[in-house]
Amino acid sequence: MAKVFMKGCEAIAESAVRAGCRFFAGYPITPQNEIPEYFARRLPEIGGTFVQGESEIASVNMIYGAAQTGTRVMSSSSSTGISLYSEGISFLASARIPAVIVNVARGGPGIGDIRPAQMDYLQATKASGNGGFRMIVYVPSTVQECVDMVYEAFDVAFRDENPVMILADGVLGTMMEPVVLPEMKSDAEVQSLKDAHRPKAIVGHPLAERALAHPGNIGEDHELRNKQAAAMYETWQTNSLRAEHFMDEDADILIASYGISARVSKAAIRDLRKEGYKVGLIRPLIASPFPYADYENINFDRVKGILDVEMSIPALMKWDVEHAVRGRTPIRECLRSGGNIMTKEKVLAEAHALIKEVLG
Amino acid sequence: MERNLICAGFGGQGVMMIGTLLAFGTCNSTDKHVTYFPSYGAEMRGGTANCYVSISDEEIGAPVVDMADDLIIMNQPSLVRFLPKLKPGGNLFLNTSLVDPDVSRPDIRVIEAPVTEMAMDMGNAKILNIIMLGVYVGFTDILDKKVLLDAMNVKLGKRPDLLPLNYEAFEKGYSIGAAAKKDNP
Amino acid sequence: MEKKVYSRTIGINDSISGFCPGCMHSTIHKFIGEVEEELGIVERLVRVEGVGCCGLGQKYVTHDTTLAPHGRACAVATGLKRTSPDSIVYTYQGDGDLASIGLAETMHAANRGENISVIFINNAIYGMTGGQMAPTTLLGMKTTTTPGGRDPEKKHGYPMHMCEILNQLTAPYYLERVTIIDPASARRTKAAIKKAFQYQMEGRGFCMVEIVTSCPTNWGLTPVKALDFIRENMLKEFPLGVIRDHGCEKSGSSETN
Repeated sequence: MAKVFMKGCEAIAESAVRAGCRFFAGYPITPQNEIPEYFARRLPEIGGTFVQGESEIASVNMIYGAAQTGTRVMSSSSSTGISLYSEGISFLASARIPAVIVNVARGGPGIGDIRPAQMDYLQATKASGNGGFRMIVYVPSTVQECVDMVYEAFDVAFRDENPVMILADGVLGTMMEPVVLPEMKSDAEVQSLKDAHRPKAIVGHPLAERALAHPGNIGEDHELRNKQAAAMYETWQTNSLRAEHFMDEDADILIASYGISARVSKAAIRDLRKEGYKVGLIRPLIASPFPYADYENINFDRVKGILDVEMSIPALMKWDVEHAVRGRTPIRECLRSGGNIMTKEKVLAEAHALIKEVLG
Repeated sequence: MERNLICAGFGGQGVMMIGTLLAFGTCNSTDKHVTYFPSYGAEMRGGTANCYVSISDEEIGAPVVDMADDLIIMNQPSLVRFLPKLKPGGNLFLNTSLVDPDVSRPDIRVIEAPVTEMAMDMGNAKILNIIMLGVYVGFTDILDKKVLLDAMNVKLGKRPDLLPLNYEAFEKGYSIGAAAKKDNP
Repeated sequence: MEKKVYSRTIGINDSISGFCPGCMHSTIHKFIGEVEEELGIVERLVRVEGVGCCGLGQKYVTHDTTLAPHGRACAVATGLKRTSPDSIVYTYQGDGDLASIGLAETMHAANRGENISVIFINNAIYGMTGGQMAPTTLLGMKTTTTPGGRDPEKKHGYPMHMCEILNQLTAPYYLERVTIIDPASARRTKAAIKKAFQYQMEGRGFCMVEIVTSCPTNWGLTPVKALDFIRENMLKEFPLGVIRDHGCEKSGSSETN
């Protein structure tokens, strides 16, 4: 298929449309405004609905409502806006309603910085809302990965009847690069997907078969629902652990990173290899569930140190890496924040420091 | 082989379009990898505008670089900010209508073009960016001239009446770039 | 020959009500059930419940139901109605839900003219949480968070009149305030609910029926005394009547019981 030159935000929106998304609600916040703007143009062309919510809170609840008709839905926001989604995401997870949510992350905490950052890692992967639910979180590193992961996310959301998050950042959202777009699902396919979900939707049921959405504990055993959700989360251990290993077969130094920082790290690794250093990378493609085994099973006889590369101060994904590595090799940090984008030069400098420290 | 460009100037000088045309043209007409990153800030107007373009035979790592091979500078504040980001041996494309060409860096090549004045002489102050694009392509040969003309047809096609002027602007810049290349082999 | 003159509506199930004695939720749910039967929309009706005692109604109604996060019913209803236009979507919200935490969602759904019906239960107090001040609490009314009575001097503010506030907007189609203190007002309430649903079926846009009700438990009154309180106090602050009805030539007239 032909490649097209697209901005990350617009590619995300177009991929969602092609995956059958027919309802989008969102509220303006930089750096993701091109997503709602794209949907506002695109959805009416194909019989879908775009609503500019009066707030993030309203927007996430609009998709909560729309998803309950079996429609494929998306909302997007950025960091501080995603904080306002927390309750809505928790309701989606509690009521087991499929939806795709995009965080084009910016700096934090608070209003932070409108420029790119990766400071929402723990919020996205560990506690996106109250109540201990889990959610699959994709962490793309290129616009192509944004496209592919968004397309897949809708199927996964419906498979699990659970919200799915795409955790991107302001670089991926605003940059442009060539992408190959996935196939457009036909109107008939989109309709049949909606119809297939009809029994679980809360519209159109005859008297004896009424549907009731269950975000809470009224007239039923909520512990049972918690157990059912936990059992579903367990299935991710076989179907959703995903990591990329890059030049790590012989590496004595490893970089642990994700998203845009991992992409920058790869460029640094190519340079380091040219300099003769055996440096590799392990990065999650899905950060929740975290691919702990990929880090657990590192050959610690050979690997002498790990460099954790993130656009966040303090380091956040490092918690997960530490959990897997359990002190078997030192983990050092290569961090930027405050709107500063990770550069190859920064990774090279920190990698050289680690090499000097552990290899002499 | 990866080549990085930073393009910077005032908002309104069309620096983003320079980057867009280069990156879009690369995507549409070559098999090379390309990224375009427009810097963004809180202000809608005013301030500086800048963008990063990377073109490479291999997968591109960082869409934003600390050190660039090429630097297009359209105004004085951008020179102050970005000159330290030009690699030794790099190429500086200067809008000498607004920037003093004496940049006191002997380790780089400076390609001068008074594109603001040239654009006004051509009767349209807005085409300074297209002249500078021509200078850049004429000097670097980074892409075929035709690739850029095709890109202009798409990206500037909303005003077909202005396309001939844009072609002319590109050609004027291209000649300056090509001539400077002969002087700086 | 026996003739059946009354039967329980199929719109509610036969479980025993858990609402407090004198609470009007039960009556309103019965009306909703009867109206859906009369309009033949049993399979089309979708309920979006607010949080609080309103959220207990799902135990009794027999149509499709979802629960919105506190205050968000109008946003949830927006998403539902936009993607399932054949459904008849109504929200069922109390005063805290609709006028306090959900004020923005209420105002903006109304301002967009969303084709939904809002049933607003105004009893001037938080019920489920145990009698705290609501945005509609009357001046001087004692609540657990205004133990000395609601007092504007203490920055407690004044009762908010949601029908009148929404009447400032251009888009809403029908706004009416009703109550249930006697058979006539009860019939009027049922008629208002029916009208709101009918307007939605005709695609008219945003309609709200505000029902002035009681909370004997948290008011500390017997059910009968609570009716007196509505008559003597609530209706003075919240006068009954059609605030707006674009479907009726007598739009803006203030009919009262």
